[in-house]
Amino acid sequence: MTLPPVAVTHEKLDLEGLTDLVSDDGHGAVATFIGVVRNSNLNRRVTHLEYEAYEPLAVKALDQICAEAGREWPGVRLAVHHRIGHLAIGEASIVIAAASAHRAQAFAACRYVIERVKQIVPVWKHEFFEGGEVWVEGATADPADEAARLEAVRRACA
Amino acid sequence: MRVVIRLFARLRDIAGSGDLVRDAPPGSTVADVWRGLVAEFPEMARYDSSISSAVNEDYAKMTAALSDGDEIAFLPPVSGG
Repeated sequence: MTLPPVAVTHEKLDLEGLTDLVSDDGHGAVATFIGVVRNSNLNRRVTHLEYEAYEPLAVKALDQICAEAGREWPGVRLAVHHRIGHLAIGEASIVIAAASAHRAQAFAACRYVIERVKQIVPVWKHEFFEGGEVWVEGATADPADEAARLEAVRRACA
Repeated sequence: MRVVIRLFARLRDIAGSGDLVRDAPPGSTVADVWRGLVAEFPEMARYDSSISSAVNEDYAKMTAALSDGDEIAFLPPVSGG
């Protein structure tokens, strides 16, 4: 079964599957990113996370991000899967694979995708820690905010 | 007209449900529906300046006009990744 390039899923993420999906003979560089559930945050001892998504819009947002990256780094091939539901410490919450002819574009596109995910994709992290729980709240999602997009490009190329 | 409201994360906790159905006068905008929610759940007021929204599964501005049967999602600040 072929994996879709973009997905929001309850299933365990498949780094190798995503890497295979973007690889081809003309792309000499594949950069990957794995976001992993950490055991602490703001001095709290995290026990696990619950991720929630507005799934149809999250998938569209991931598609949009990949299209943006394709305009910024023509020829780059991308795949990104975000996991939702209950995640234990050490489990992968997001996997990104970016393939390009050369390494600079692969690294940049991979970094760009994670920066944009944090800016606009409707996914929320419910953190459970020793003594309580809290919804983590990051960025106000505005896909039309060009300043935010350019900041993601800047970080990608830093 | 009647609209469907989808709430996520902390907003869902505040409302006690992620799916609401509410009546709205013809010509209502997303912002009007949001103001109605805040009146119903005052704790949501602190999201006035950080909320974003979607109509029928596409990002929408708060000024967007609504039609009968629309699904409006209110998105608190996101924290994926």
